[in-house]
This record gives sequence, C-alpha cells and structure tokens, in this order.
Amino acid sequence: MSQVLRSDAHRRRAGRYLRPLRPVPAAARIALGLLFFALFIAGWSLATFGGFVKPIFLADPARMVAEGWVLLTEYGFLNDIGITIWRVFGGFVLATIIAVPLGIAMGAWKAVEAFFEPFVSFARYLPASAFIPLLILWAGIGETQKLLVIFIGAVFQIILMVAVTVGQTRKDLVEAAYTLGATDLGIVRRVLIPASAPQIAETLRLVLGWAWTYVIVAELIGSSSGIGHMIVDSQALLNTGQIIFGIIVIGLIGLISDFLFKAVNRRLFPWSGI
Amino acid sequence: MTVVVVDGVSKTFPGFRGASSTLALTPITTTVAENDFVTILGPSGCGKSTLLRIIAGLDEPSTGDVTVAGQPVHGPGSDRGMVFQAYTLFPWLTVAGNIAFGLREKGLAKQERDHIVAHYIDKVGLRGFESHWPKQLSGGMQQRVAIARALANDPKILLLDEPFGALDHQTRGLMQELLLQIWEDDRKTVLFVTHDIEEAIFLGSRCVVMSARPGRIKADVSIDLARPRDYHVKVAPDFLDLKMRLTEEIREEALSSV
Repeated sequence: MSQVLRSDAHRRRAGRYLRPLRPVPAAARIALGLLFFALFIAGWSLATFGGFVKPIFLADPARMVAEGWVLLTEYGFLNDIGITIWRVFGGFVLATIIAVPLGIAMGAWKAVEAFFEPFVSFARYLPASAFIPLLILWAGIGETQKLLVIFIGAVFQIILMVAVTVGQTRKDLVEAAYTLGATDLGIVRRVLIPASAPQIAETLRLVLGWAWTYVIVAELIGSSSGIGHMIVDSQALLNTGQIIFGIIVIGLIGLISDFLFKAVNRRLFPWSGI
Repeated sequence: MTVVVVDGVSKTFPGFRGASSTLALTPITTTVAENDFVTILGPSGCGKSTLLRIIAGLDEPSTGDVTVAGQPVHGPGSDRGMVFQAYTLFPWLTVAGNIAFGLREKGLAKQERDHIVAHYIDKVGLRGFESHWPKQLSGGMQQRVAIARALANDPKILLLDEPFGALDHQTRGLMQELLLQIWEDDRKTVLFVTHDIEEAIFLGSRCVVMSARPGRIKADVSIDLARPRDYHVKVAPDFLDLKMRLTEEIREEALSSV
C-alpha cells in the first residue's frame, strides 16, 4: 500500500517537470544546468579518449587543460586575454557613447528618427566582419582597426534598440508628467530616459555579448596579439587543445561580464522588474 | 465665480483607411463654479473621458474652446492636476519622489519640496511609505499617491478620470471618503468622471449626466445632500431617490449603446 502511495507521489513529482511554464526549485535548476556541462564533457571525453576522433582534429579534455597551462605560463596568454578584453570594452564604450544619446534622441523626437532611421536600419545589416579589409586599408592593423570593427558591429544595433525602447515609453506616464507641469525637455529628461534606462542597460548587455564575437573575427585577420590571434597561431600548429582552451576562455569571460552586467543593472534599477 | 468654461466643445475622431469618422462629443457648453465638486456620469464610450482630457489639454477639441480661470487651454499644464484610471505613478521614483515630481519641475528648493510632500503624505495616510516603490503598493495606495501628486502642485482644478475604477468595491468606498475629506479641507474645484451612479451622487454637489455616443449633456442634477458626507448617506432616502432618478437616465443610454 505504502509502496503504491510512494510511487504515486513520485509520479506526481516527476509530472511537475512536464507541466509547461511551471518553475522548478532553485536547487533543481542549478543541478540541471551543471548536468548539461557534465554530459558535454563526458561526450567529449568519450569521443577523444575512446579513440573515435583523431587527436589532430580534436584534443581530449586533459590535453586541453595541459595546453592551456602552457599557454598561460609560457606564452603569456594572460596578456592576450587582457588585450582582447581591452579591445571589446574600448570599442563597446565608444559605440555606447555615440549610440545611446542618438538612440534616445531618435526615440524622443520623431523628426530625428525619420532622419536617421532608414540609414541605421540599412547599416545594421552590414556585417562588421566584412568591413575588416576596408578598415585595414584605412586604419592599418593596429588597435584603431580592432576598435572600429567592434564599434561598427555594435553602434547601429544599440542605436536602433535604444530608439525603439525610448519610443515605447508608456504614453500615460508622459501624459501624467505633462499634467504635472513638465516641459518638453523635462519629459525627455525626467520620463523617457529614466523609464527606458533598465531596458537600455539590458540592450547594452546583449550587444556586449555580440561584441565578443566581432573581436575574435577582427583578431583572426591581421593581428599579432589577442585570443583570436592565438587561435589562428594554434591552427597553424594543428594544436586543437589550445584552440579549444581559447574558445572556452572567451566563453568564461563572456559569462562573467554578463553576470556582472546583470548584477549592476539590478543594483541600479531596484524599481524595475527586469 | 466661474472657473471652467466649456464653450461648444466637440470631438470628432478621424476614420482610418477610409472608414467614416466618429463623432465622440456633440458640441458641449457648460461652466463649473469655483470650489464646486462636479461629477460627470455616463455610460462607457460616451465621451466623458474625452471631455475631461480636452479640459486637461491632453486632447484637442474639434470645435469650441475651454478656458480655465480666464486662461484659454492650449495643452496640459500644472494648473489642472489629473488623476488617471490606470496607475500612472512613475515606477522609478519612490512615493515621495512621485509626489515631488511637479514641485521639482517648478524648481522648488529641496527643503520646501520635502515640507509639501510630508504634508500630502499625511493627508492621504501614507506616512511610513515615503521610500516605497510604486510596485510595492496596492492599487488603492497607488491612487492615493496619484491624488497626493496632483494636489501637491496646488492646481486650480483637479480632474479625476475614473480614478477608482480599477479598485475593488470596499477600497473604492474608502477612497471616496478620503477624497471627500481632502475636498472638505482644501476646497478645490473638482471634476470627477465616473460610470458609477452611486459614486457620482456620493461625491458630487452637481452631477452632469451624459448621453451615449455621441455624447451630449442629458441632465444636470444638483445634489443637495448635506456635507460632510460619510457612507451612511448611501442608504438615506434622498440618496436613494437620486439614485433611482439617475439610474433611469443612465439605463436608457446604456440600453441604446449596448
């Protein structure tokens, strides 16, 4: 009898996970997230240690860690990581400085939007990586060129997303502010901007993630430092362990910066639901 | 003394994509005396909110014009405070910050602002909630802040557009009494739009009944119930007579717009 009851309760508990939109407990969520990483590494180990894939195509996990250690201790890979981070943030900050004010202006004033929007919408489909040859011609293979790739990749996206966010500010809040005596400029300064701020911060977090993919592409071509450059070097030496280590480092840095961004946003906008 | 003059105000909404335009308000002419509490009662869609929005300056009349204290209305301004049906507190400002919004826009010094804010916080019974975010408040509390926010600006008239429409019945009753109490203390000119007959009688000194779309003034009823009023009034014979009369007026209109 108790056996039956227990299995019944069991089935009910398992059924919870099948119910759409139903949240799972925090512990289960973390466990599930870690489980995938474990399975991923297990699959990778099976393929490599089991001899199903030749080491020349895919290094095994142990080899990857060993190569990573060599990179860090003997080849000054930390320096490369630092340079790449600097490039991403440099280009990203430049793009933000231009794009956020312009996006706010476009969202607030329809004439400004009508002026810029068609061009920006067109420009945002231009792949940043396709500009690299041109940028090398214009700016050489120095830091300026790397920053410009990130800048081009990020700036148009931020402009458009900020403009949409600001343009979608609740009309009733704007009306309420007008009835409280706000001027047109007051509406922008004290309603549109604060109302959009959390969503703008979310946009920046998203685009920062994309900037990481552009920087690696920029470093694959005409570069003598950075994570992307290391990856190209390793390819020439068929060192897949180093390549994978480089990719994992990028993933980790992305994860950390994303986490920090989220934490800062939560701290800055305690009133927001995001 | 007359504070609000509505002179031949009508509103036509243009049709979209070749659809014919909609007449929301037939030309309306009326006045509101200083410190009067006027309720505007009508079935949904009768244009009563549109009329209020035109007085607030949020909508333009198609014909006619509005003057408030002798000044023609061109756009919204701080002389006409407004409370909306939807919750329109600024979510990024605390309760105190919301109430101080208009005062900051006027450029008042912080000390003066704090003084006025504290006064209205007390008035709407929200002491202790000054630093709460709007999302932490119940609907009734949010509307109390909205009333305080509008009053803190010391407007000439207070416009309320079904401010308690989204609240449950009990809360609504309490809010009505709170509003009456504030009005007894401050004596402002109030225009209060509602579709709730009981609310219109309980609050107003005068009730303007509007017809179904296109809106026009169907009846203008003076409500001579003694003040100060509390919830007991709602079961008094005079009250029920008025309720019966207005119910008949509104029922006819509601039927024609169903």
